[in-house]
This record gives sequence, structure tokens and C-alpha cells, in this order.
Amino acid sequence: MNHLPLIIKREYLNKVRNKAFIIMTVLSPVIMIILVSVVAYLSQLNNDKVRVITVLDESGFLENAFENSDKTSYNVLSGMHLTDAQTLTKEAKSYGLLHIESFSNLEEASNHVKFYSEESPSLSLISDIEEKLEKAFTSRNLKNKGVNVDTINAARVKINMAQESFEGEKTSKIDSVVKLIFGGAAGYLLFMFIIIYGNMIMRSVIEEKTSRIIEVIISSVKPVQLMLGKIIGTSLAGITQFVIWLILGSILITVVSFVFGIEVQTPQQQMVVQSVASSEINTQVQNVMEAFYNLPITNLIVAFVLFFVGGYLLYSSLYAAIGAAVDNETDTQQFMLPIIMPLILAVYIGVFTVIEDPHGTVSTIFSYIPLTSPVVMLMRIPFGVPIWQQLISLVILLASFTFTVWFAAKIYRVGILMYGKKPSYKELIKWIKY
Amino acid sequence: MTNLLEVNNVSKKFGTFTALNNVSLAVPNGSIFGLLGPNGAGKTTLIRVINQITMPDTGEVFLDGETLQEKHIRDIGYLPEERGLYKSMKVGEQALYLAQLKGLSKTEARQRLKYWFDRLEIGDWWNKKIQELSKGMAQKVQFVVTVLHEPKLLIFDEPFSGFDPINANLIKDEILHLREKGATVIFSTHRMESVEELCDDIALINKSNKILDGKLTEVKRQYKSNTFEVGLRTEDNVKLEQELAEKFSISKAYFKTLDNELKLNIKLKDMDKPNDLLSYLTTKSEVSHFVELIPSVNDIFIQTVKNNN
Repeated sequence: MNHLPLIIKREYLNKVRNKAFIIMTVLSPVIMIILVSVVAYLSQLNNDKVRVITVLDESGFLENAFENSDKTSYNVLSGMHLTDAQTLTKEAKSYGLLHIESFSNLEEASNHVKFYSEESPSLSLISDIEEKLEKAFTSRNLKNKGVNVDTINAARVKINMAQESFEGEKTSKIDSVVKLIFGGAAGYLLFMFIIIYGNMIMRSVIEEKTSRIIEVIISSVKPVQLMLGKIIGTSLAGITQFVIWLILGSILITVVSFVFGIEVQTPQQQMVVQSVASSEINTQVQNVMEAFYNLPITNLIVAFVLFFVGGYLLYSSLYAAIGAAVDNETDTQQFMLPIIMPLILAVYIGVFTVIEDPHGTVSTIFSYIPLTSPVVMLMRIPFGVPIWQQLISLVILLASFTFTVWFAAKIYRVGILMYGKKPSYKELIKWIKY
Repeated sequence: MTNLLEVNNVSKKFGTFTALNNVSLAVPNGSIFGLLGPNGAGKTTLIRVINQITMPDTGEVFLDGETLQEKHIRDIGYLPEERGLYKSMKVGEQALYLAQLKGLSKTEARQRLKYWFDRLEIGDWWNKKIQELSKGMAQKVQFVVTVLHEPKLLIFDEPFSGFDPINANLIKDEILHLREKGATVIFSTHRMESVEELCDDIALINKSNKILDGKLTEVKRQYKSNTFEVGLRTEDNVKLEQELAEKFSISKAYFKTLDNELKLNIKLKDMDKPNDLLSYLTTKSEVSHFVELIPSVNDIFIQTVKNNN
């Protein structure tokens, strides 16, 4: 008798109808949006403030070197003593005082410049001022040595290297960023999904044990069926929740940004904008679109589905086995570590190694190891992974998934009927032989 | 088919621990079969083997003449000792789900549930959640779920625990009613008075081994010691006791009567006939009480287990 659909239906309805689940589904995006809005609003507040910096230039080298910008305005003083300038700066509640002593040897300029302020200034401000000073002093120095600055500027050559693979695929810096975002998003999504819904599966197995219904159920259905039904039912509930979050989230973002006029940006968008800002601005949109079309879209989607499902099932069967092995949630800790470790490792490798060297040894090896391969491979694929590598990884994943389900089912079969003491790893191994 | 269930030489080990050692049983069709034994004797393991929850290492189980297989799940109704229901699920929904797991269609399950809920007067609970019910109420739901698919074999492990006397009686009547309708019942309990009252056959398991089984009457016959409990009215109790002690092996008996009679247990030799004893006693005194001592299940249980240990 195949009861799988029945079990899936019950698990799904039970999860979806659960009050906590409904509240979480509705509230999470709202809370997220509120948080993001608050952060966005605050950072905007901060940005609106114009910093005033007083400049006391006794050297006379720096006429017109300081132009006011949106965020900083410069108040140039002259014919004043340093102490007076300091008092003045403090009284005017300006951000700080830049003091340049009177000196003659431009090469030693560094020794004659000082910045005074109430609080320690931000790194970006300091480097900004330093850059301005360097530019002014350098051009002055060049002029002193009889070099024409205009000639140098005219002679400057700018390079923005075009990249192309041997197969003729064009790539660019933006390409890499876009790839990173896609790979990263896919990897993170899987990571989050496993953590949230794996735990949910575990809890629902424990619930069956604590409510003691398990023996009634198990006299009607095979434990493997019950376990798979649980995993699939909970996953469907998870997908439902994710889809609702996506829809609700995008509606809310639209509404919020419309009502408050705040530009809500995700970190990823900011990354794109930043990287784009450093390259040529007029072609940014075109470049991003191009980068997007350059992605191996079909491969990405197919691989995403396969690795997502494979990886999720692999982990969730482990979660189910843990749930079956213990009596209550507090006892799960000792078994959680071996599950969480490879997951975190996978994300770290994805974030640090894959970005640096998507086809290096470390990235490649970890995209074969089943517990890390779903996350790492999903992050690698946008950079172009040969199909045969993907296939090998997938085969390994499926094989280990089959093994894990078998293994988990063994533990599950024995564990669900065991009450009382918390089992050790040694006992778990023994259970497999029962 | 005389035996609905036959268990042949079933053994089960968990690691080094032997839970069942070469156990064989036969449960006659239409009987109420008492499965007895001290705690940890292996009863639950045996029941789990019959329910195909645990696979035996060796040995076979036959249900209705066929080797036990997956399709037999719907022929068995099992009320485990460790029982429970999904706490946050509604009574009706839950009962429907469990009935469907046993292979009933939804409409059929709904009809039967209505019948049973009315019969046990729990129809109002359909939309209540289990966590809103008392333990006894939940037990009733559990009972209905167990018998709903009209299985040939019903297995009850401590069915009366958690019930008040009225409800326990109600459930007892339902079990007897089900037997009348043709079901066979395996009944595992530590309450010997209900074994005495309900069971036709018993089996006693101790330390993974079956140490006794058979018809309850046969077992009792086997265990009776040809001892009679007598009450004798006479003028001199002490003198009569001495006289009898010379002829028979006697001991003091304790039972309640109106007068101060001489109360004795008199054990006869295997050859001796009760009538001879009675006629002898009538010549010596006025016999007010004469009963053959039949061992209770309780006595047999304690005696056998003690001897076995």
C-alpha cells in the first residue's frame, strides 16, 4: 500500500495550518522590510549631513585645492594663528581643522601637515584629504621642476581590458560580479533552506515520538515511507513559505519605496552599483544586461533545481535521523555539529575560494564532496563548469543521498521506538545492524 | 482454519540482548488470547513482530494460513501501550487520516467513524483538538481508531489503563462485542482479574522464553493441587483438627463466615476422590463449606515466573 501521498498531504497541511507558521510567513517579510527601511533611512540621515572642515594654510601652496562637495565643505582661513583657528573651529562646531605650516621644501610636505578634530575622523575622510593634498603638492612640485602638467595629463593612457575565453565568450569585471551574485544567491538560498526546514523536519519527528503516536503510525506504514513523506511534505510547506515571502516581499518593497521615497537597496545591488561606478558609467546598464545574458542560464536553472533538491534531501534525511535518535530538542545538539560544520564550510569555501579561483583545486574538490557540493557547485556554475564535472558531482550526490536515506531510515526505524536515554554514536552504529 | 495466528520459533536479538528466544504461539480463531509476562519479558517485541514493526531474526509468522506480509497490515488493529495522537490535530481529521493509513477509503472511514463516535457518545468531539481532551477521552478516540477498519486480529496492550471503571467496562463490553462479530483478540495486560474474566487462552512469556501456554481451563487444571477448602461446624475444633491432621495434609484456611467454624485447606493425594473426603467429613462434623481450590491466574503467574527464575 502506498501511503506516501497521504502522509505528504498531512504533513503539508499540518505545517501550513500551524499558527506559528502562518505568523512567521506573514510577519517575516514585514519585519525584514521595516529593518531594511530603518537602516536605509538612518544611513540617508547620515549622508545628508554636510561636514565642514576649516583649513589654515600658512604655506600658500594650496590655493583652489579644496572644492566643496555634497558631503564636505571647506572653510579656508588665512592670516590667523593656529590656536585662534582651533578655537574658531571648535566654536563653529566644524568637523575638524586641517593645518598646513609654512614650509619651503615640497618633498617634506608630509611633516608639515596636521589634522585636528574632536573625534577621530573616518578613514575615508582622511584618505580623501590626503589625496587632495598629494595632488596639489605634486602638481606644484612638477611645476617647480619645470615639468608641464598638461603634457603629462595628455600623455596618460587609460586601459580597460576586454576579456575573452578561448571559446570566444566575452567576459568583463561586471560579468564576474553578476556571476558571483547568482552563484552566491543560489548557494545561500540552499543553505538557509536546509537550516530552516531541516530543523522543522527534525522537530516534527521528535513531536511524533513525544506524543507517542509513532507506534500507531508505524504499525500501518513503513518507516521509510513515513520519513520520506515528512521530508517531502515539510519541503513543500517550505517552498510555499518561500514563494509567499518573495511575493509579499516584493509587494512591500514597492509600497515602502513608493510611500517613503526611500531607495531600498539590497547589498547585492550596492555591489553592482559600486563596481559599476568605478568603470564607465554610461555603459553600466548595457554591461549588466550583457553579463546577465552571458550567464549559462539553462545550465544554471537545471543545475540549481538538481543540486538544490539533491542537497536538500541529503541533509533533511540526516535531520530526520537525528530527530528519530533523540527524545527532545535539547538532546539534538551533539548530533547537530557534524551537520552544520560541512554546511558552513561549504559557504565559506563558496564565498572565499570560489570568488578567488572558481576552478582551482580547492573549489573543484569541494564541489565533488557530497555534503558541500550542492552549495559550492551552485556558486561555481555561473563561472562555467564543464558539464562532465557537474554530472560527476551530481552522481556522487545522488549516490550519497541514496546511502543517507538508507542509513537514516535504519536509525529512524530503530530510533523512533526507543525512549529514554540519549544514544551515543556507537549505539547509532549498532542500530544499523538491527 | 482453527488458528488465526501462528508464531513459529521466532527469535529476535538486539545486539547481544535476546528479546525473543524461539517463541511459538497459536492463537485460535475467535478467541481472546491473554499474552502475559513480567515487565521486559519480550511481550512488546513479540507484538511488534506480529505487527511487522520489527522483523524477526529467525522464525515465521502466519496469519490466516498465509506468511505474514505487507497486505496483512489492514487485517490487524493494534493499540500499543505507548499510545498517543497528534496533539494539535482535530479528532475527526486525525481519525480519518489513521483510518486511511489502514487502507479505508475516505468516505467509508467517515461513515464508520460516525457509527463508532455515536456508539461511544463522542460525536461532539469531531472538531476538537486532542490537546483539549482529557486522557480518558483521547483513549476512547484511540480505541475507535484501532477497531475502525474491522480487522481480523485485534491486539490490545493494556487497553484499560487510563479509563475510569465505567469507561473500562464500556470498552470491555465493546471488546466482547467485537469478538462475537468474529474478531480474534490478543490481550496483553498486568491486570490478572481481567485476564480471568476475558481470556480463553493464555501464554506466559518470561525472560524471552515462552514458559506456559494453553486454554485457560487446561492450564488451571494442570496447576490445581487437589486441595479443598472446607468449613466444619463441630463442638471441639482442636480435637477435630488433630484427627484430620493424622489422615490428611492440612493447613489453615482463611475465609469469611458467620460462625466460628474450623477452616482448613485439605490436600488430597492424587488417587483420593473428593466425595470420599466429603462423606468422611460429614461423619465427623457439619460441613458448611466445601470448595475445590482452583489456582487464580495471579497465582499461576507468580508461581511459574518464580520457578522459572
